[in-house]
Amino acid sequence: MVELALPKNSRPTVGKTWPRPEKATNVREFRIYRWNPDDGANPRIDTYYVDMSDCGPMVLDALLWIKNKVDPTLTFRRSCREGICGSCAMNIDGTNTLACTKDTLSISSVVKIYPLPHMPVVKDLVPDLTRFYAQHASIEPYLKTVSPKPEKEWLQSHEDRVKLDGLYECILCACCSTSCPSYWWNGDRYLGPAALLQAYRWLIDSRDEATGERLDNLEDPFRLYRCHTIMNCAKACPKGLNPAKAIAKIKNMMIERQM
Amino acid sequence: MAEANSVSGTPESRRPLSPHLQIYRPMLTMMMSIMHRITGGALYVGTLLLAWWLIALAKDANAFAIANGFLSSIIGRLVMFGFTWSLFHHLMGGLRHFVWEAGHGMEHPQREYLAQATLAGGLVLTVLVWIVAYMVR
Repeated sequence: MVELALPKNSRPTVGKTWPRPEKATNVREFRIYRWNPDDGANPRIDTYYVDMSDCGPMVLDALLWIKNKVDPTLTFRRSCREGICGSCAMNIDGTNTLACTKDTLSISSVVKIYPLPHMPVVKDLVPDLTRFYAQHASIEPYLKTVSPKPEKEWLQSHEDRVKLDGLYECILCACCSTSCPSYWWNGDRYLGPAALLQAYRWLIDSRDEATGERLDNLEDPFRLYRCHTIMNCAKACPKGLNPAKAIAKIKNMMIERQM
Repeated sequence: MAEANSVSGTPESRRPLSPHLQIYRPMLTMMMSIMHRITGGALYVGTLLLAWWLIALAKDANAFAIANGFLSSIIGRLVMFGFTWSLFHHLMGGLRHFVWEAGHGMEHPQREYLAQATLAGGLVLTVLVWIVAYMVR
């Protein structure tokens, strides 16, 4: 259901302001969401100052600079630092993106960083993605066939392979699903843009033979049809994919199979 | 504070919900979706007003004078202007969703153009209707 305010235990309070680096001239201010599961307090927004002449260009570089030089307790996920693992997905400057590919210079004022929106927080910038992964598993993201197995691999024409472009590149960072108000209000029943993009990726794979079964699984007022083309997903995707369009195509497949 | 909120329950049950609407940057298409909902709700109220006016018209001269008197007042006209705008904004929004549901105009920047066209179209049509209304009065 729509809920405009946060629950009482989730409302952030003003946190600590950490010291400015001395003698630094190129300093940027970062306001970062903190929550410690061990102290029983509400989340808080801490203020940090980063010496940009001592730090790499991306927001992830600044987070690592803070963790290394100011506050080692700052907690966040990161791995590849080049936009392919999806670990450092978070809300930066009001939109969901990857900290490793977001240029700090592209943000004009104070850099505000929150965890991915409307998710249970494990600690600081780390959201609990259990349900998100379960939804991905529920669309059965693997080849399903009934034909006898070929001697070697399942073949696909070049044209059919091209249909998977713009779909297979998804890194499951959850930027899209957690940018979607429909997913915020009905994330327990609506599968969300990421899972549906992957559902479409298997629906149009020429080698897959479970199209009808896959569509049956999505024919539900919530799982698929809670998409109201709000388009936040397509704007958030750090890989430039378009989940909204994939969802529209699934809806069209639903109509086509009834004609 | 720490005593009052002493750490209790499982770690999962204590987890706060991360901020959402409060912190998300307003996106045009997202705002248009919200406005589509709000104008849709406003249409219920507007339709009730229209029904009141029609029922009063069917009833007698006195009832009609009250209904018509309210709707012709400054406040009544402002409400009617809002109703007209809600109607056209919602209509244009419906057309935009029709195009999107068919799978067209979802790429950047077409989706922004469509949203802008909806917003502008609703305003222009509203003003046009009111110009015509005042001209034929």
